[in-house]
Amino acid sequence: MKGGLFTSGYGPILIVVAALAVLPFGFSANTTLNFLGFVLIVTLAAQGWNLLAGYGGQFSFGHAAFFGMGAYGIALAQVRFGLNPWLALPLSIALGALTGTILGYLSFRARLRGSYFALVTLAFAEVFRILANASTFTGGAAGVLIPLRIEGANFQFADKRSFYWLALSFVAFVLLLTHWIARSRFGAYLVAVRENEDAARALGVDALAVKLKAITLSGGITAAAGCLYAQKFLYIDANLAFGPWISVEALLAPIIGGIGTVFGPLAGAVLLLGLGEVTKTFFTWLLGGAVPGIDLVVFGVLLIFCVAFAPRGVLGVLRRIMPAFRGGRA
Amino acid sequence: MSTAPLLRCTGITKRFGGLVAVDDASLDVEAGSITGLIGPNGAGKTTFFTVIAGFAEPTAGSVIFQGRDITTLPTHRRAEIGIARTFQIVQPFAGLSVRENIAVGAYLRHPGREAAMARAEDIANRLGLGPMLDQPAGDLTVAGRKRLEMARALATEPSLLLLDEVLAGLNPSEIRDMIPVVRAIRDSGVTILIVEHVMQAVMQLCDIVAVLAQGRMIAKGRPAEVAADPKVIEAYLGHGAAKRMQAQQGASHA
Repeated sequence: MKGGLFTSGYGPILIVVAALAVLPFGFSANTTLNFLGFVLIVTLAAQGWNLLAGYGGQFSFGHAAFFGMGAYGIALAQVRFGLNPWLALPLSIALGALTGTILGYLSFRARLRGSYFALVTLAFAEVFRILANASTFTGGAAGVLIPLRIEGANFQFADKRSFYWLALSFVAFVLLLTHWIARSRFGAYLVAVRENEDAARALGVDALAVKLKAITLSGGITAAAGCLYAQKFLYIDANLAFGPWISVEALLAPIIGGIGTVFGPLAGAVLLLGLGEVTKTFFTWLLGGAVPGIDLVVFGVLLIFCVAFAPRGVLGVLRRIMPAFRGGRA
Repeated sequence: MSTAPLLRCTGITKRFGGLVAVDDASLDVEAGSITGLIGPNGAGKTTFFTVIAGFAEPTAGSVIFQGRDITTLPTHRRAEIGIARTFQIVQPFAGLSVRENIAVGAYLRHPGREAAMARAEDIANRLGLGPMLDQPAGDLTVAGRKRLEMARALATEPSLLLLDEVLAGLNPSEIRDMIPVVRAIRDSGVTILIVEHVMQAVMQLCDIVAVLAQGRMIAKGRPAEVAADPKVIEAYLGHGAAKRMQAQQGASHA
């Protein structure tokens, strides 16, 4: 690493992570910490999506497939095989990565691109959802309940802040990893494949290998988010783990935050879930009762605005207005 | 080095269903030469070129590079062994800067970021792209994009450079500027095979010209010889054209 911390672009990451790390000292309410922990889980899932779609241009509509593999992996390893969750964690991440490799091999070998690839990923996630819902091994429609045993050694924390910091360390690791990839040969090849696959191949880029590497990493990262989700709520079922909600949030966050940027998924997840929460509270106050799905309306409006006016997301807009933000671009 | 050619294509045939685009065409490219491949529209030049570049497999025939059969070698592996190509319809990585575009090519031989970027800058300067290093590639003019195509290909440090109509779409003064650039590339030790429509440039640049018409190689030789070949004139201007031209020339000399 030549140059200082800031010229190499690692500085902003450390500042943002440090700021997020001290946040729990400001808000001690459990609901706030719960919400922030959830934002970090969505961020992590979105970071996985961003690596494959934002940098590699392979738009997945089924990242729930990886999220669910992580969630079911860590839950079933404990319930069915009595494994310690800390041991199940790397295994579940590996399971998500392997799912990525297989899914990628099947679709990229067949030269599926664009919306065809998106549809195949969606189909895989749906198949997994239906199977998890039907099989007795996965607990069927009743889902899997992870027995409560609050102990750090058991990946269950009495203090909500511990979980928050753990989730933050995952997000921080992926921020650094993404930044490192963006400046590496692999990152350059990934972006080249996104911009023009034929031209990349002519320059010696093995497009298939590059895409397989990307989807493997992407699957692993999103599976890690699934693991955190399972350990946070200690309950999963097919719709939570493999449902379309997480596929949608994993892609909305980077698109709204800034697709193909290091901070995009984080910025998008904060904005998206933050606004969703504010709207829900506002309508509950206004009408005296919860309006189910009102946050989804906000997501839809946000997406339309982004596509129409800010194709590079919120970070893209900031960068245009304030030159100080220009640094972080890959 | 022996006298074996750098690239030897023998009996290349490419069929698309019932259409024979290239029919038993052979071509040798000598090391250190600028070899031109010309022919009327629809002659099969681009198909032939695509087969050499590895973007399509021939129905029959073989491509030998430095004594090695590469007929079925994947495109990206050809870049590794030293064959680079440009695209007739330029294919920049539009979202990336000029520097980043060229660096993608440079990464092939220089895995480190610093080295690849330095190499990219070096090549950009050689091709007159120095002032545009930080511009998005999508903002370049047509002439700029053609140069970028060449720069990116050169960044892979090839021994054979395949140029697909790099002069097409340029105006006469841009063509004049480009000719010394191509020549300088050859003088730096890179063998060049060029598919070209712009005749004036072919005549100036090429040591050897091969002519493809209706999928067959009909002539090969020095530019002046080929231009005077009746078969070539007929291929371009139609049956009987050579005789008429000779008659006209005869009349004006008399």
